[in-house]
Amino acid sequence: MTGKRIVSILAHRLAIIAYVVFALFPLYWLLKVSVTPNKLLYSEGIKMWPSRTSFEHFDFVLKHSEFPTFFKNSLIVSGSTAIIVTVLASLAGYAMSRFSFRGKYWIVTLMLLTQMFPLVMLVAPIFKILSPLGLTNSLTGLVIVYTAFNVPFATFLMQSFFDGIPKDLEEAAMIDGATQFVAFRQIILPLTLPGIAATLGFVFTAAWSELLFSLMLISGNDSATFPVGLLSFVSKFSVDFGQMMAAGVMALIPACLFFLLIQRYLVQGLTAGAVKG
Amino acid sequence: MASHAAARNGGARRDQRPLKKRLADASAPYLYSAPALILIVTVMLVPLILGISYAFRDIQLLNPMSGGFIGLDHFRTLSQDQNFFRALKNTLWWTGWSVLLQFIFGLILALLLDKPFYGRAIVQALVFLPWAVPSFLAGLNWAWLFNPVVGPIPHWLFALGLMNEPYNILSDPQLSMWGPIIANVWWGIPFFAITLLAALQAIPRDLYEAASIDGAGPVQRFISITLPFLAPTIAITVLLRTVWISNFADLIIVMTNGGPADRSQIVASYIFTQAFKRLDFGYASAIALVLLALLISYSMLIVILRQWLLSKD
Amino acid sequence: MASIDIANIRKSYGIHPVLHGIDLAIKDGEFVVLVGPSGCGKSTLLRMIAGLEAVTDGEIRIDGKRVNDLAPKDRDIAMVFQSYALYPHMSVAKNMSYSLRLRKTAKDRIASVVAGAASKLGLDPLMERRPKALSGGQRQRVAMGRAIVREPKAFLFDEPLSNLDARLREQMRAEIKKLHQDLGATSIYVTHDQIEAMTLADRIVAMHGGIIQQVGSPLELYDNPANLFVAGFIGSPGMNFFEGRYMVTGDTASFALTGGIVLPLGGTANLQDGSRATLGIRPEHVVLGADGPDVMKASVDLVEPTGFGIIVHLKLGPVAFKAFTLDRRFLGMHGEVDVRLPVENLHFFNDAGKKV
Repeated sequence: MTGKRIVSILAHRLAIIAYVVFALFPLYWLLKVSVTPNKLLYSEGIKMWPSRTSFEHFDFVLKHSEFPTFFKNSLIVSGSTAIIVTVLASLAGYAMSRFSFRGKYWIVTLMLLTQMFPLVMLVAPIFKILSPLGLTNSLTGLVIVYTAFNVPFATFLMQSFFDGIPKDLEEAAMIDGATQFVAFRQIILPLTLPGIAATLGFVFTAAWSELLFSLMLISGNDSATFPVGLLSFVSKFSVDFGQMMAAGVMALIPACLFFLLIQRYLVQGLTAGAVKG
Repeated sequence: MASHAAARNGGARRDQRPLKKRLADASAPYLYSAPALILIVTVMLVPLILGISYAFRDIQLLNPMSGGFIGLDHFRTLSQDQNFFRALKNTLWWTGWSVLLQFIFGLILALLLDKPFYGRAIVQALVFLPWAVPSFLAGLNWAWLFNPVVGPIPHWLFALGLMNEPYNILSDPQLSMWGPIIANVWWGIPFFAITLLAALQAIPRDLYEAASIDGAGPVQRFISITLPFLAPTIAITVLLRTVWISNFADLIIVMTNGGPADRSQIVASYIFTQAFKRLDFGYASAIALVLLALLISYSMLIVILRQWLLSKD
Repeated sequence: MASIDIANIRKSYGIHPVLHGIDLAIKDGEFVVLVGPSGCGKSTLLRMIAGLEAVTDGEIRIDGKRVNDLAPKDRDIAMVFQSYALYPHMSVAKNMSYSLRLRKTAKDRIASVVAGAASKLGLDPLMERRPKALSGGQRQRVAMGRAIVREPKAFLFDEPLSNLDARLREQMRAEIKKLHQDLGATSIYVTHDQIEAMTLADRIVAMHGGIIQQVGSPLELYDNPANLFVAGFIGSPGMNFFEGRYMVTGDTASFALTGGIVLPLGGTANLQDGSRATLGIRPEHVVLGADGPDVMKASVDLVEPTGFGIIVHLKLGPVAFKAFTLDRRFLGMHGEVDVRLPVENLHFFNDAGKKV
């Protein structure tokens, strides 16, 4: 019995380790190549860690490539998208959560539908619409498109956060002497801050990762976002692996920051469920 | 005194206010959702309808003479297009294997994480990390791992005797599809694991205790409690993921660009290639319309199947 | 302090009517309890007084001033919620002072008022805590403190004790009563618990199906219920009801139960000969082990000791009823027992459920 137990615990731990290794290895490799000096890249190709490390690739990418521009563009696009989406989704999510009205069913249906149909269908028509408006090859155009794509999901997210705040609190504030707006600002908004942070993070990452529309709508280097820049760099200089991976590590940073931000809620939500169960 | 005057004023306006107030109350939710709705309609719904109309028109970006209505010509071309049919077959292959492997490994991971052990929180954070990696980066990352110049995988396969020499499977017409599939599995396991773990933890623990008192072993408990409880979550997650993955072209475009010789082209990436490289918006829209029709019929089929299964009980 | 007048108040959600014309005048300083089963409209009425629900028809006046269209903040009333509705991101002190800060009250005045309320409620050591770090009873006290710092025209309570356990509920009930004695503020208290209603109220308003069934002092409702609903709702264990037919023979009356048994009645009641009626008697009025001419044999079904007394479940033929006694001799009782239903304690309700 105890022997069987030990074997099963051992198998469980080994399986966990296998998953962790599988999840982290590609990222580890990215990091490893990015700090391997060019001279050692081929001679020590598949060694687990180079005998000497350097930051020469990062240095080059930051100083002599266009990646800082791409990074800045992506930051502008993702940041603006995240902020605008969160504002719009807060308003719409608040309406969904606090009012029951006739059009609600249709709005929910419309938003669900937008989550179902393939976005690749929209590549051509959106290009055709934005082109005469001068919004192709422009960061503004990207922000508009990304905002629309992300609003439905963010609305559902914000709605669930508002649903988590009892209506009693607003009513208590109104009886205490607050107007509806003051109650929203002083009571509801502070309590929704974690939700707002999560929504900001989600949308930021989604916009940061978006590739197809960015490829389609942006052609020049000046307004290229990070994914487009990295991809064009890959197809042009496909031998500079160290530099590409250094750029890759840079692209990973905002995503990982976001993950750290929300993973607390992720784990929290799951463990809260565990405590109840 | 002041409050007295206010009360009198209030009294004088009494008859108008309820109507005004009622109007304001009724329009409030629409005002709150208007900005989001306007954006969705103009940037998603209008282009969708426009896209459907493109399917019946000759729209080529670089040809100013194009734009005319050509009826079903695109669909006639499509029915002869070998590349399209190969892409369709590849889509099934790509979606089927991706969903299946993501689901199996996601379920195993969820079951492993459902048991309490030391350091579970940190392990959970680590194994969920791929989910946060941007898809284009996941694609590039795996493309590099498969590259014999900087990646270890071909060398390992060679050492295991599975390859005659270390080469890139992404340029092998027989195997190229497996590259994006593996990257997709790596990227998508956390999604399934998170959803299934949440569902697992919602199963009341005393059910397991009751079952073990009734004499059920671990396997019986899994079959008679865990699976029935997970079934609804599994069904909905698999359905949604199938639709989503069949449209998910990023990894393929980044890793193989459909190559070599269209061997890893799926319908979604084929649409993108038509629009992006050939700038043939009309034809791209026609393919997109067929894809949409296929996805809708797939969803309907699942719904009908579900109804049929439910009515059988 | 203020009087509150409710005149022909109606409420409907869409086409569903919830309140069918409520009239109620609450005097300055009075403690009124709205009691009834869930869905009877009592909470809706309270929320309309607070301004949280729109009035469909009728008029609400506070101190003679119509408030139908006033926002909650302009009505100068305080409310204690069932969920307490404490602001989770504010300390106890901030929760209690929120309304005063919104009104731009002077800082030193806020400090003294809050400190006064805190010491009255025993909250002094908790002032810097967040609501999350408080027990249920402490949260309840903070909610009350938040209401009393305002010195409002009226206090509204919406089932404030239903989230507490039995012992704490008893304790808080006494504290609320004490507080009302000290402050003398007009209070409207909603509950579904008839014991809370009995113990707290100056006047009870019993509601059912969106209609006021009876208004009166607790003992009036207990001793003289206006109809079957009030008779059954007030009192625990509840009143026994016997359905049957009222019969007159000569100058004595009797009551024929459905099931064949005939109860002799000492006198007559205001009922037509042969009419269907319901007879009610409180369990504590059922006399066990009695003798005399109107004694009946009942079989003992079950004996429940409550510690304080004993509830005896009895059967007259097929008809079940209960007796309550303080006499411990009846603890080991089984078989048959002689019971008497004293006529002076009987309540008669006509076919429409109205007391006669």
